[in-house]
Amino acid sequence: MNALNRKLLRDIASFKGQVAAIAVIIGSGVMVLILFATILEAINQSRDRYYQGHNFAHVFTEIKRAPESVSERIRAIPGVSLAETRVKAPVRISVEDFKDPVQGEIISIPDGRQPDLNRLYLRQGILPEPGYLNQVLVSEPFALAHNFQTGHTLRAIIKGRMETLTISGIVLSPEYVYQIGPTDLIPDYKRFAVLWMNRSALAGAFGMEGAFNNLVLSLHADADEQKVIEAVDHILAQYGSVGAYGRRDQTSNRFLQEELDQLRVMTIVLPAIFLGVSAFLLNVLMARIIRTQRQQIAVLKAFGYTNVQVGLHFVKFTALIVCMGSALGVGMGAWAAHAMSGLYAEYFRFPEMDFGLQPATVVLSILVAFGAGLAGTFRAVAGAAGQAPAEAMRPPAPERFSKGVIEQSFLGKVLGQTGRMILRNISRYRFKTMMSMLGISLSGSLILLGSYQFESVNHMLDVQYRLVQRMDISLSFNEPVSSNAMAGLAGLPGVHYVESYRSVPVRLSHNRLEYRTSILGLDRDAVLRVVVDKDLQPVAVPPEGLLMTSYLAGYLGAVPGDLITVEVMEGHRRTLELPLAGTVEEPVGISAYMDRPSLNIIMREGPAISGAWLLTDETSHDQLFARLHQMPQVAGIGVISTAEANIRGYIEDTVLIFMVILLILAGSIAFAVVYNNARVAFAERSRELATLRVLGFTRAEVAWILIGEIGLITLLSIPVGWILGTGFALLLNHAMSSELFRLPFVLSPAIFAFSALGVIAASVLSLFFIAGKLRRLDMVTALKTE
Amino acid sequence: MNPQNGSGMPVFMIRDLTKTYVMGEVIIRALRGVNMELFSGELVVLLGASGSGKSTLINILGGLDNASGGQVLYKDQDLTASRDKELTIFRRNNVGFVFQFYNLIPSLTARENVAIVTEISKDPMKPEEALELVGLGERMDHFPAQMSGGEQQRVAIARAVAKKPSVLMCDEPTGALDSKTGVKVLEVIQTVNLRLGTTTVVITHNEAIGKMADRIIRISDGKISNVSENKSRVSPGEISW
Repeated sequence: MNALNRKLLRDIASFKGQVAAIAVIIGSGVMVLILFATILEAINQSRDRYYQGHNFAHVFTEIKRAPESVSERIRAIPGVSLAETRVKAPVRISVEDFKDPVQGEIISIPDGRQPDLNRLYLRQGILPEPGYLNQVLVSEPFALAHNFQTGHTLRAIIKGRMETLTISGIVLSPEYVYQIGPTDLIPDYKRFAVLWMNRSALAGAFGMEGAFNNLVLSLHADADEQKVIEAVDHILAQYGSVGAYGRRDQTSNRFLQEELDQLRVMTIVLPAIFLGVSAFLLNVLMARIIRTQRQQIAVLKAFGYTNVQVGLHFVKFTALIVCMGSALGVGMGAWAAHAMSGLYAEYFRFPEMDFGLQPATVVLSILVAFGAGLAGTFRAVAGAAGQAPAEAMRPPAPERFSKGVIEQSFLGKVLGQTGRMILRNISRYRFKTMMSMLGISLSGSLILLGSYQFESVNHMLDVQYRLVQRMDISLSFNEPVSSNAMAGLAGLPGVHYVESYRSVPVRLSHNRLEYRTSILGLDRDAVLRVVVDKDLQPVAVPPEGLLMTSYLAGYLGAVPGDLITVEVMEGHRRTLELPLAGTVEEPVGISAYMDRPSLNIIMREGPAISGAWLLTDETSHDQLFARLHQMPQVAGIGVISTAEANIRGYIEDTVLIFMVILLILAGSIAFAVVYNNARVAFAERSRELATLRVLGFTRAEVAWILIGEIGLITLLSIPVGWILGTGFALLLNHAMSSELFRLPFVLSPAIFAFSALGVIAASVLSLFFIAGKLRRLDMVTALKTE
Repeated sequence: MNPQNGSGMPVFMIRDLTKTYVMGEVIIRALRGVNMELFSGELVVLLGASGSGKSTLINILGGLDNASGGQVLYKDQDLTASRDKELTIFRRNNVGFVFQFYNLIPSLTARENVAIVTEISKDPMKPEEALELVGLGERMDHFPAQMSGGEQQRVAIARAVAKKPSVLMCDEPTGALDSKTGVKVLEVIQTVNLRLGTTTVVITHNEAIGKMADRIIRISDGKISNVSENKSRVSPGEISW
């Protein structure tokens, strides 16, 4: 090893504290980049491979009932590659030793063979044999949740008849990567199942012989999806179609797409923050090293080292730190990706998902880190390389200070000399001060963001489950029934109170924008399902007109008073115009609301209801469920407390883990910035501080100058962090606003306090490390050196 | 011993003072048994080559460093038995320092560099008064970067004397200055010594400076090799090197 490289290693060793702090920040940046890029890549690849290998359909539609012969007309639509008719039906399942109601969907497959579209991945067992009526395939997550194996049986109520079904195989489907019940927000594998059955058996049970109620299509690469959808809707309209939709609106794919979109944002934003901060820290460190090594540089040049050699020497210094950070980051990234893989595999069910590090991802991450590092040190290194040897031999000119604006104000009179030193140092190095503040406030903003996200999600759930949904149990019926059924429900064991609702699938349009949703008809003075405004106050559903969530109104560009075109997708399928009576703020879902009797009138029906909400005594649930199981018209039984517990569990699994990681990383930024600055300030001012000690200042008084400056910068950074964090929270809010849910923008004082405390704690910790240096401050040597 | 300018009361009594450093694997005996007194109001020049131990001695007298053996008494206080806190108070109340490289705080003006000491002293003079004393009444609001080396050193002297110390320790005060400027600085030191009666110790390797002292103490190899008295002090203006 040549002497210059040996110098490099020793220099690095002598700056080990700062080098380590910066390497950790670079490592964090590389880690988050690798983590998110790896997950993104893994999900993307798994999805593409899965969709392609298993012929995931492009267009989906449901109808009431259409004769099989219609399918020929569908196949003739230009652009359609394959069309497959199916029978699909809701099913209620009872699992031995599991008391809660289990809902499911049962889908037909061609007798004894794989479907052409949405082919199944057979994890275990075989497809149902042709001719067998009671063999089914079950989805893997449901099977795992209940420990089902091939050969096990389960009981299902299909169209009111109890059937015993034998599991012939356990499968995964590209249609159910994200396997979620129709009314759930997150998967509940114990209570929602997907089953597949031979077409003839299922058609027999549902009276669908020679007919279908579900259709999936694949398209040619050059097909116009919208045109195909219109053609399909046109053909199927008379058969009770609720409207065809593309992959974009397919539930599982939509969740998957939203996750990918969020990951894409994370992949850019978080690494940018960490690598930006590390570039700044490297800049400070390298500028400091080059300042102190002026004379060494001059000597090197005097003896004939070229500018390039000198520049390269300092580039290597940066590169070594980036290498250390990258090694740490790749290691942590691999570990974190592995740790997160379990979480993603739990929610996204692919036949296989490879969370191994891709060489390209690793190379890219390291290159990005190097880019940031070199960008941060470029100026200092170029300065060193270009320095004239003779000039470098002379000591640097004394630094110029001046009185700032603050001192010319009344504050100047109050300030002591140490106060002045602090202020002048801060204003003398404005760029450094500003960058330090930016670093610390970024850290504060990330802490704020982490706790905001957690609190905001919790607030959303509180609103949803305390204010909006107040029922204990939600029932849905196979078909609308008369409201007389409510009396029967009220008499069931443990039921205290019953409210009914009518739900009608519709296509709402306004100004050529349209949206598929349902109109929920609520009883007058409903108390179990409350519609709230933006102040969370209950809103009475007006006797005429529509209410809709402001998100939907915004999407349609409609304001109260506008006429909304309502295309009813059930029954008579009329199209009519209804005034928008008002908007409501609901964090979850996109719905439109009406007075139920008015909805019944529009539907030209009597007092029909689609389902009911119950207030119940939980101790009687077993008996209640037993009775409900015997009621053929009940299609679904939802236990709200279970749904809430599930989603809160999910939040704890994901948001909380993410928040903890974010807090640690954010804290490490504040720590590294403060530590690095304090070290540099200490090194550059040790002579000044030693002089003051000699003049009779105590350790505490001397420490105050250093701590006061850092403390002041930290304190000033806190409100900046709040502002940045609030901005980030708004952006996150916007980015996360989706049809599924909108995070409420709630910022409690606790969040701000938490952010401030996090920053202060990290600063105090780094000062603790500096305190030892101050204690060992050598007055004698400090005085002797120039 | 009865120096002309001193009152005859010893301010410092130094007995068998030793100081040993361990530098890596080498043991350096910087002081090997020093015995001496310093009297109130006198101006002493401590002469010695570099490495003779003179700086070590002044550091211990000034409460910057601990002795390895022997005793240093400042009036009634045993400095060798004092801990860091007591030494800080000792420095704060009794000692003024002037350094070779001035050691001004670059972010403070001349006035503020003096004020930083007067603010923590019991009965200081006003910073302006101290600066007038060193002939810098006109340059009080200048920052160190705006002053010459000689001016900076005079600010340092003003800073050292503003607290009215009983001892002024000057470690090579002219070491970084040309001779003309150095003489000006020495004149200021002499003025302070005569007007305020501050016991003053000037460390130097420059023989010529010895002429302005009441006593010259020579130190070599960590021991006092010779003490001589000047019958009459020479004004710094008449010294040149």
